[in-house]
Amino acid sequence: MTSATYDTKYAIETRNMHIYYGAFRAVKDVSFGIERNKITALIGPSGCGKSTVLRSFNRMNDLIPGARTEGEVLYHGQNLYAPDVDAVQVRREIGMVFQKPNPFPKSIYDNIAYGPRINGWKGSKAEMDELVERALRGAALWDEVKDDLKKSGLALSGGQQQRLCIARALAVEPEMILMDEPCSALDPISTLKIEELMFELRQNYTIVIVTHNMQQAARASDYTAFFLMDKDDRAGQLIEYDTTSNIFQNPKDKRTEEYISGRFG
Amino acid sequence: MSAETNASSERSTGTLPQGEAVRQNVAQRQRRGRVWEVVLFASTVVGIVILVMLAFNIVNDAFGGIAVQSVVEEEDLTDGRRLEDLSQPELIAILEANLRSRVLRNLERERPLAERDEGELIDIINQEIIKPEVVAIYPLSEFLFNRAAIEAELAEAFPRAELQFKSWLNWNFIVSPMSSNPTQAGIRTAILGTLFLLLLTVLIAFPLGIGAAIYLEEYNADKPFDERSPVGRWLNRTIQRAAGLIETNIYNLSGVPSIIYGILGLAIFVRALEPFTSGAIFGATEGVTANGRTILSAALTMSLLVLPVVIIASQEAIRAVPSSLRQASYGLGATKWQTVWKIVLPNALPGILTGTILAISRAIGETAPLIVIGASTFIVTDPDGLFSKFTVLPLQIYNWTSRPQEEFRAIAAAAIIVLLILLLSLNAAAIMLRNYLRSKRIST
Repeated sequence: MTSATYDTKYAIETRNMHIYYGAFRAVKDVSFGIERNKITALIGPSGCGKSTVLRSFNRMNDLIPGARTEGEVLYHGQNLYAPDVDAVQVRREIGMVFQKPNPFPKSIYDNIAYGPRINGWKGSKAEMDELVERALRGAALWDEVKDDLKKSGLALSGGQQQRLCIARALAVEPEMILMDEPCSALDPISTLKIEELMFELRQNYTIVIVTHNMQQAARASDYTAFFLMDKDDRAGQLIEYDTTSNIFQNPKDKRTEEYISGRFG
Repeated sequence: MSAETNASSERSTGTLPQGEAVRQNVAQRQRRGRVWEVVLFASTVVGIVILVMLAFNIVNDAFGGIAVQSVVEEEDLTDGRRLEDLSQPELIAILEANLRSRVLRNLERERPLAERDEGELIDIINQEIIKPEVVAIYPLSEFLFNRAAIEAELAEAFPRAELQFKSWLNWNFIVSPMSSNPTQAGIRTAILGTLFLLLLTVLIAFPLGIGAAIYLEEYNADKPFDERSPVGRWLNRTIQRAAGLIETNIYNLSGVPSIIYGILGLAIFVRALEPFTSGAIFGATEGVTANGRTILSAALTMSLLVLPVVIIASQEAIRAVPSSLRQASYGLGATKWQTVWKIVLPNALPGILTGTILAISRAIGETAPLIVIGASTFIVTDPDGLFSKFTVLPLQIYNWTSRPQEEFRAIAAAAIIVLLILLLSLNAAAIMLRNYLRSKRIST
């Protein structure tokens, strides 16, 4: 990464970011910074661009034909969208957990080992065993699966599968973890487990989570960003960004207050 | 005013059946459904009937009765005793008494008769003196159900003939090479030719077809050149248009009649690339006689023929891999190739294999393109390399069915059975392979 760098105290900072799908501008003029080792929730009604913003942090939008990002997304002061930055390296450092649990149709062990292996990991079988155990412990799944690591990842319950996906992301030792509505397909108990897990992970990782669930944002995040679609050009924009307690108890924008009190969206 | 609006809106809603009418309405709808069920069942029955007729037809010809008549009866030679019971000197005496001296001399020169054992002598007596001949053949149905009429007919025409059951499909038939005598002809060369041709076709068409499918599905949307320069934009657009053109036309290509592929193969592989396909540039001397009409040319032609189907089947299998798996892989920092190789391909493989093996099994039955590129119709030597002449089962069958003698019709039917068994076992292998791969991927 050789292009100009900026000083920033944030884990990730966007400056005047616009995201387009073809000719359509999905997100306009987003500027905010994600605090390190904190959980930041992105909330807002459907179609407000919060998932698009999340996916711009590890360049997953690149996979969508016609998607384009303008402005800057600074990570360690480096613009992720500079021409000499390889999206593969970005994703290696910023992991992602998806809305629907998507373990590979492989054994639990191989699900975890896949990431390190493709990223050029070198070590003995025993070291890999250790790595797998560490990742599974990190995702609070080890005790449940330690006896059948050879079992297919698809044989687990939905909540276990999602924790397996988190463990899989942890195994490549990222700095940040992006979670795109990780609990929307899970029951309340599994959701609670994932939230507890997030609090533990916060010590070592910066977490950004997109959620539709207002209570989840309120109880499980440190900062909250509220997005809303502009009625005129249907582009999502950042309305308000503050600590979670301020957003939920003392919102500055009227639209934020209306949304969190359930008056629309 | 408002009362009028109300009335008209009530009228426009119509009425649902009430009371007894509900029961009648339901019964009527159920009846209509049952009529369709009967129609669908009938079409299934028609299909089954046709299948049974086909099977009957083939079996009827491949098995049946033959009337065998010998030039000289065994009993006349041996005074009523069986040849097997005779001693060696007695057998030699029979040979000396019945064979012309020139034939005897030839036999003696080969190996003195006195040194040969009984079995060998009996074989010679059968071949040279008794000479059993098939004078009439009957299909299985007649042989089983019309025995009396056949026997009466035989008694009149060939009083000495003996009626016996004959399976034209037997081990000898499978392992003997081609012959102009239908009772000795076999399909060894044709089976070997078919298997060899299939193997080569698979080796050529699989990698090409799967490769093209991967490109079209996974890489087509990529922009390999720099979008910011006009030249790069132009190149990207050109590549995408070309790929789009190919993609649409793959479907058209899969529908092109196979004989046209044969003509293409004749022009390109047999004629234009003759030094290559005849093996001349590799110094294969045998190939000179084949003039490019080699098994290699045939395999290349067949590959062209199955390639569109292989590509389509592979594309569909690749498309069926959930994109969430691709995203998961990219999200962990995998490159495109790693994702394709480690996630997409293993998950698409069962589908790719089923589709492509079914495509290949269609190629087993192809005759037209092979006739055009000049496959041999009469050949007794096994195919022994890329540059050898060859024949295949359907060609052999086609050849036999066009002969006037009834015996050829019978062995053609036997060859059809062999072809069908080959085809079914290939399809069964495809299904088992798919199930195996599927179970391996998901339940371990």
